[in-house]
Amino acid sequence: MSGSCGRNPPPFPENEDQEAELDTRVLDSDEYDDEGEDIFTGARSKPITPTSAPDEGDIFSEEGSYIRTDVHHATNGLHSDEELDLFTEATVELTLTNTTSQGRREIIGPTASACNTTPVPNSILKPSIVTKTMEELEEEESGDHFELNIAVTNPEKIGDGMNAYMSYKVSTQTTLPIFLNKTFTVRRRFSDFLGLYEKMSAKHSLLGCIIPPPPQKSVVGMTKVKVGKEDSSSAEFVEKRRAALERYLQRVVAHPSLLQDPDVREFLERDELPRAVNTQTLSGPGLLKMINRASDAVNKMTIKMNESDNWLESKLQEVENEEQLLRRLHAAVDSLVNHRKELCSNTAVFSKSVAMLGSVEENSALSRALSQLAEVEDKMEQLHQQQAFSDFFILAELLADYVRLLGAVRCCFEQRMKVWQRLQEAQSTLQKKREAEAKLLWANKPEKLQQAKDDINEWESKVSQYERDLERVTCTVRKEVLRFEKEKARDFKQHIVKYLESLLHTQHRLVKCWEAFLPEAKAIA
Amino acid sequence: MEGSSAESALSVSADSIRITDLTQDGDVLTFAITSQKLNSSAGVCVFRAYEDFEWLQQSLFSQENVPGLQGIIFPPLPPKALPLQSNMQTKALKQLGFLALGQDWQGYCKALEFYLQQVATHPTLCKCKALDSFLINSESPGKQRGRKGIFNRLSQAVEEMRKESHKDVDNFFQNERNKNTNIAALSKVATEKLIDVVMTEQKLALACGHFSTSLHLCVNQDDAAAVAFSKVCLKLSDIIEAVKQNFEKVASNNLTTLGLGLDLESRYQEAEKEMLFRRTCKLIELETVKKSTEKAKANKREVMEEFQKAVEKEFSLISSVAKEEIERFHSSRVNVLKNVLIGWCEQQLNTAKECAELYSQHLEACRNMYSE
Repeated sequence: MSGSCGRNPPPFPENEDQEAELDTRVLDSDEYDDEGEDIFTGARSKPITPTSAPDEGDIFSEEGSYIRTDVHHATNGLHSDEELDLFTEATVELTLTNTTSQGRREIIGPTASACNTTPVPNSILKPSIVTKTMEELEEEESGDHFELNIAVTNPEKIGDGMNAYMSYKVSTQTTLPIFLNKTFTVRRRFSDFLGLYEKMSAKHSLLGCIIPPPPQKSVVGMTKVKVGKEDSSSAEFVEKRRAALERYLQRVVAHPSLLQDPDVREFLERDELPRAVNTQTLSGPGLLKMINRASDAVNKMTIKMNESDNWLESKLQEVENEEQLLRRLHAAVDSLVNHRKELCSNTAVFSKSVAMLGSVEENSALSRALSQLAEVEDKMEQLHQQQAFSDFFILAELLADYVRLLGAVRCCFEQRMKVWQRLQEAQSTLQKKREAEAKLLWANKPEKLQQAKDDINEWESKVSQYERDLERVTCTVRKEVLRFEKEKARDFKQHIVKYLESLLHTQHRLVKCWEAFLPEAKAIA
Repeated sequence: MEGSSAESALSVSADSIRITDLTQDGDVLTFAITSQKLNSSAGVCVFRAYEDFEWLQQSLFSQENVPGLQGIIFPPLPPKALPLQSNMQTKALKQLGFLALGQDWQGYCKALEFYLQQVATHPTLCKCKALDSFLINSESPGKQRGRKGIFNRLSQAVEEMRKESHKDVDNFFQNERNKNTNIAALSKVATEKLIDVVMTEQKLALACGHFSTSLHLCVNQDDAAAVAFSKVCLKLSDIIEAVKQNFEKVASNNLTTLGLGLDLESRYQEAEKEMLFRRTCKLIELETVKKSTEKAKANKREVMEEFQKAVEKEFSLISSVAKEEIERFHSSRVNVLKNVLIGWCEQQLNTAKECAELYSQHLEACRNMYSE
């Protein structure tokens, strides 16, 4: 999800047409049949607002502007050519069960006209919200109007001994109006990133959003850095972490709801952040988290949700399968990386042995050729080393990120299950209250009747509230899953191209090495 | 060097000797050896097993009436091949060194072929009847038990070690011995390190294969997004397959050119070492005889002096043959190494270019696919 991604699907408008939108927006799946309509019957009345935009001002209101976030990795030269492909495919798949006359909607307000680098002729706009959405998003991609680039750089060690920590420079460059400046820089430490995750998780996960997970803690890695070991493994660890933090932030801002979250903005802009202490594993909140996780796991095993949505159910299965597959792929790439490193060291040793041979050789041309050979092997060792890094950072980390992201997707499904559970409990409580009322009627105790009726009203409204919540969460989960899948395909495509480029680059350098050596070999007399 | 002179017993052209085929029957390998008759256009083809090569080598060692035989650097015979079994890698490696790593027997056949060519082009050895018989007799000579040769491989007994470092009377030979000790050790090390590199390359090819296969498992046709993702995975699978094939080629190039070359150099240095050792032993013998002669009582003295003269003569013959051999060896080895290095570089260069081309095509295809 890093790289030039980040379309912001339009915020939901507040009018009756929304169920049409909802229907059509999620109609990317071929499996999605008539069942869809059942799910959304409940959703008619209430508009669904992007929940994370409380008081953000009109910039984010529903009829207002769209935000286009073009999250741009520093070295990523790959651009929006790819998005068009995705959308082309998506448009083909649509099976519209609900093309109402209001199908074509102006989701985008006046600001849409501002983004007119690629004018979308009206004839292209089909009578479907999704198409419109995709077209408009295409427009976003080709236009460069709103931008947000984030880079995490300059890791610096602050302090000494076991209290030391690494501080990273987070630089943002943006044209988005929600930020105070166009470019700004802050310094953050790892626990700040974790703190950000905690906050967003607390606020958004209950709504069914997929929250990108932060990089993992590593006691071993950090201890080496703290202790001050200046070797290559701790440098590698710091680089790995820096890159992971960068990707993490890029994913966060690529998520439309999260970008609107003030905590995210504060993270990027504010000079000094209060220290996030509840991210430490052994703190009070840390322990609480562990307990919660354990109880979640138990819940998962004991409660089987009555899933009426086939699409979601099969998606969950897919997610679980994919997580396994990606884990396996990651292990394969890991082994590849390790073998390459082994090749590096073997090549270096071989190079030395050839150099020794060259030094005792009497025939001067042969001796020279052997020394040159040793140098060639040395260069190859460097190339292997670089390629190993490429393998790692381009492929292995991508796969590792996605294994964790798929875990986050699963969490998202679990949140939905919790909401469903709450509904179930409320429904059963309501049932009990009704039974209590009936008993009272039968026992003829009028004084308690009023209380019972009040209770029933209270629980009835709770039940309908929770039903709406469930609908909303379901809708969000669907949306999120679709967005995730598109991002994933795009992310992988980008990375493959990057990987190929690195392979090609290495190969060209290798050709040069051999070409340089050939005349030396021929010169032996 | 041609193998034909008036006294030569060799009836085929040395340059035409080839090992053209190899058949395996259980544990037994049979080699098809072809050569061209010198005085006609007829070709000869015979079938030999490894034992026959051993017989040939023994016959060469045990020739009689060849002055200074011990001063000859005998072309080294590659060790016996073990039949390819998957779990025999490490054991086979120790025995065969380089020759064990090739998937097919090409390298090994090449090494044996080179051995025969070296024997046939050697000015003295080509005259050995055993060689001719080996090359043209339809019946294999292996049944005949040759006389036990006079030389065994250099053993590492303490006695031998002491002898090996015995100071020489001739500067030329002392220098040569020193150099040889160095180069022999270093080329052995270089050979072993190259083996390590090639094995790692082979491991990398395997790892790529696993990765590529696992990617195929990601194919899922359920919906548009899954299809898109599947396509991406398959593309990556193709790319990794290309990486794998590249590693296989690189490893194979390393084996068949530089690997064989370093291995040959290493074994030839050992052969030279053995020759020098034989001469040193003779030197020690001579010095011992001289001492005894000095100490001998008058009645025994004449006999001893005769004996000493004989030993002196042997020693000087060996030394003069050795000198020629050393010079011949030096010039030919440089040539061999030159060809090895050129061949290796050219093959690796070609492989690298092909691979770059392939990656380039993949990249082009990816870019087109993703931008349409």
